[in-house]
Amino acid sequence: MSRRPYIRKVERSWWLRQPRYVLYMIRELTSLFVGLYCALLVVGLVRLSQGQAAWDGFVAAFSSPLGVAFQLACLTFAIYHSVTWFALTPKAMPLMMKDEPVPGIVIVAAHYAAWAAVSIVVLIAAGI
Amino acid sequence: MARSNKPLLWLPFAGGGLVAALITPVLILITGVLVPLGILHLRYEAIAAFAHNPIGKVILFGAVALPAWHAAHRLRMTAHDLGLGGGFAIKTACYGIAGLLILVAAVALLAI
Repeated sequence: MSRRPYIRKVERSWWLRQPRYVLYMIRELTSLFVGLYCALLVVGLVRLSQGQAAWDGFVAAFSSPLGVAFQLACLTFAIYHSVTWFALTPKAMPLMMKDEPVPGIVIVAAHYAAWAAVSIVVLIAAGI
Repeated sequence: MARSNKPLLWLPFAGGGLVAALITPVLILITGVLVPLGILHLRYEAIAAFAHNPIGKVILFGAVALPAWHAAHRLRMTAHDLGLGGGFAIKTACYGIAGLLILVAAVALLAI
């Protein structure tokens, strides 16, 4: 015999009740923009595989005002993702060294250093 | 111990979150700001040569596939937060779209 479990009703708008819930929802929504930008990159890979003309058309498309506006939104959310991801790393993956916990600030700082290094390497590779 | 597929979903999610945090902003900076402003030029020969190289293929695949998976997993969890159920439809939509993107990326990269 099975019984229907009790499922408490969740208000769709629960996250509007407190500023910290809104920030949480914005943090989670960063993934939508990360995903959309990944889709743009996949289109780019397909166009790249189709030759020079297709690639040039892709570059022109993402450089259009609409393309730039979309990407500026993506950039804002992507940076918000980076900042929040680095901030939660010491909480999600605490690190021990010689039986001592590594201070959270050190873990976060290491991530910012890696972020800077990766960004510089990519920019140099792209020809800056 | 009960078998669980959670680690399989979680590992690429965490890896994707890190890759998205480290590399996605600079990629958007390039394609969304520097190229439109004319500061950088993504010439076909250079990009195609990079994508032709096996290491280049792996880097490009990782930069696309891991954040895509991360986004899919996180959107599924956010849908659950919004009371949209953790049902089959949401799972299929999130992982299905991400899986399709990853597959298309792999096929395109192998064709370059």
